[in-house]
Amino acid sequence: MSNRDLLIRGQDLTKVFGYGNQKTTAVDAVNFNFHKGEIISIVGESGSGKTTLAKMIMGLLKESGGSIEYKGQPRSLKSHADRKRYWKDIQAIFQDPFSSFNLFYRVEKLLMDCIKLQGLKLSKEEQQRKMREACSFVNLKFEELHNKYPFELSGGQMQRLMIARIFMLHPKVLIADEPTSMVDACSRSTILDMLLKLRDENGMTIIFITHDVGLAYYVSDTIYIMEKGKIVESGPAEDIILNPQHKYTQQLISDVPKIHSAWDLGS
Amino acid sequence: MSANILEVSGLKTYYKTRLKEKVFAVDGVDFDLEEGKTLGIAGESGCGKSTLALSLMGFYFPPLHYGSGSIRIHGNDIMKLSKEQLRSKVSGREIAYIPQAAMNALNPTLRIIRFIEDIMKEHRPELSKKQVWELASERFKTLNLPEKVLRSYPNELSGGMKQRTVIAISTILNPKVLIADEPTSALDVTSQKAVIKLLKDLLNKKYIRSLVFITHELPLLYHVTDDIMVMYAGEIVERGTAEQMIFDPVHPYTKKLMGSILVPEEGMKGQKLAAIPGAPPNLKQVPPGCRFAERCSYARDECKVGKVPVQTNGGNMYRCHFDTDTLKEWYANEQS
Repeated sequence: MSNRDLLIRGQDLTKVFGYGNQKTTAVDAVNFNFHKGEIISIVGESGSGKTTLAKMIMGLLKESGGSIEYKGQPRSLKSHADRKRYWKDIQAIFQDPFSSFNLFYRVEKLLMDCIKLQGLKLSKEEQQRKMREACSFVNLKFEELHNKYPFELSGGQMQRLMIARIFMLHPKVLIADEPTSMVDACSRSTILDMLLKLRDENGMTIIFITHDVGLAYYVSDTIYIMEKGKIVESGPAEDIILNPQHKYTQQLISDVPKIHSAWDLGS
Repeated sequence: MSANILEVSGLKTYYKTRLKEKVFAVDGVDFDLEEGKTLGIAGESGCGKSTLALSLMGFYFPPLHYGSGSIRIHGNDIMKLSKEQLRSKVSGREIAYIPQAAMNALNPTLRIIRFIEDIMKEHRPELSKKQVWELASERFKTLNLPEKVLRSYPNELSGGMKQRTVIAISTILNPKVLIADEPTSALDVTSQKAVIKLLKDLLNKKYIRSLVFITHELPLLYHVTDDIMVMYAGEIVERGTAEQMIFDPVHPYTKKLMGSILVPEEGMKGQKLAAIPGAPPNLKQVPPGCRFAERCSYARDECKVGKVPVQTNGGNMYRCHFDTDTLKEWYANEQS
């Protein structure tokens, strides 16, 4: 893994919602550098602007100020072709698996769309083989699933199916917005293992958005701590978690229940 | 009168499907809870934790049905009471239940004080509106919740505050036992801590006597509860003190579950997290023998047939074919 290859760079990135009195600055002049093959976590409490930042990087929200550079070029999403090209490289997993699928499409169609997005022309057998491969990567059985609708699957299965999509598309950047907050601790370890495997195999950059400091520490190389739209501390995971400097980071870490030390509940 | 506030024995409850099949989500659960103690229930999704919590209330709405067994609060079997008696005497007074995502259940068109007035109209009709207000604001003050919450509409409150409000409302009649089903799973760490503080406050100030806490966040259980009980496929597979369950589990399932804990502590990084392959069995066709055998890496042929004995390890119980020493030896071998 090289730290030299700069992939995404954000400069003074700002997002303002509303006008006049109602004006809320959700993301406030944020700077970041994401490198190739790096796992980054953006940690903060609810309402700190994590998801807004992720949506701007995804290109789902237009930034109010500042700029994003992708591979050294200013990002352009003006035309449909531009956007399609960008989304081939950047993909996301969202928090709620129940609302990230189209309920009217069967699993087969969903995986088919991944092949179409890549613009691949494949024979029927090859398509089948590719879909089967993706499903077996995430421990799902394609034969049992292909004819099902998303609502017939459990939350863990849906989230794994989402990862199967990522496996087929092998994007350069994956944005995972709280991918494990709706699943139990066991499925969480399975999902994390899969994401780490993807990184190792494809050299993917993964951006985790989470409020779970334990998870951020476990998976990431670099951590950004966000408070009220500002990044208050950033650096290598070990430094941030084991030796936090900023008051907010310290508070965040002390709020997490641990098992080898007492949990100060205060009074 | 026994020292146990809650005694459950042989409780079986099932869901009836459209095809008239019975799916036993709680299948022969026995446990008791001493007064003043807290009990945590852990387990994967779909293991019957929430169904157990719902069953403890004594209310059964289709498709959930009561099978057999008894639930005693201070020695009185609540399953022997009529629905009417349950509603007026037991629920809210003896035992209160906070369902999952309870904070989304607040009617957005009513101010918070209305919910409390509604409870009081049923349970203490002699109180005037003014008295109810005084009682509520007093309770909120002692729990460090701002009084202005009472005048607010639910959508004006944040998620964490809504959850704390729901807990304060449901304990307003001082129930003996509070059953909290995943009260913190939708909250971030800071609000989570505030909710835990509130629950501890309720216990310390003796508004509630005992707490049953359901979650899959094990580090949380370690700090909140005295005892931890692990459920798998409708059965209790192990019960012990929090200390023993986290650091020295006996049952292979508990062992795996404890291996999936994620905490921001030194040495956590680079450690391999345990993942359990497969999924819990379909409760429509429960496998004979040990229910965990399919996914257990220590399973032998004899595990898949016959009844699984309940064994003891000190004061704790677990459900496995093997004795403590054999299991411990296997764990030690695996580590080296």
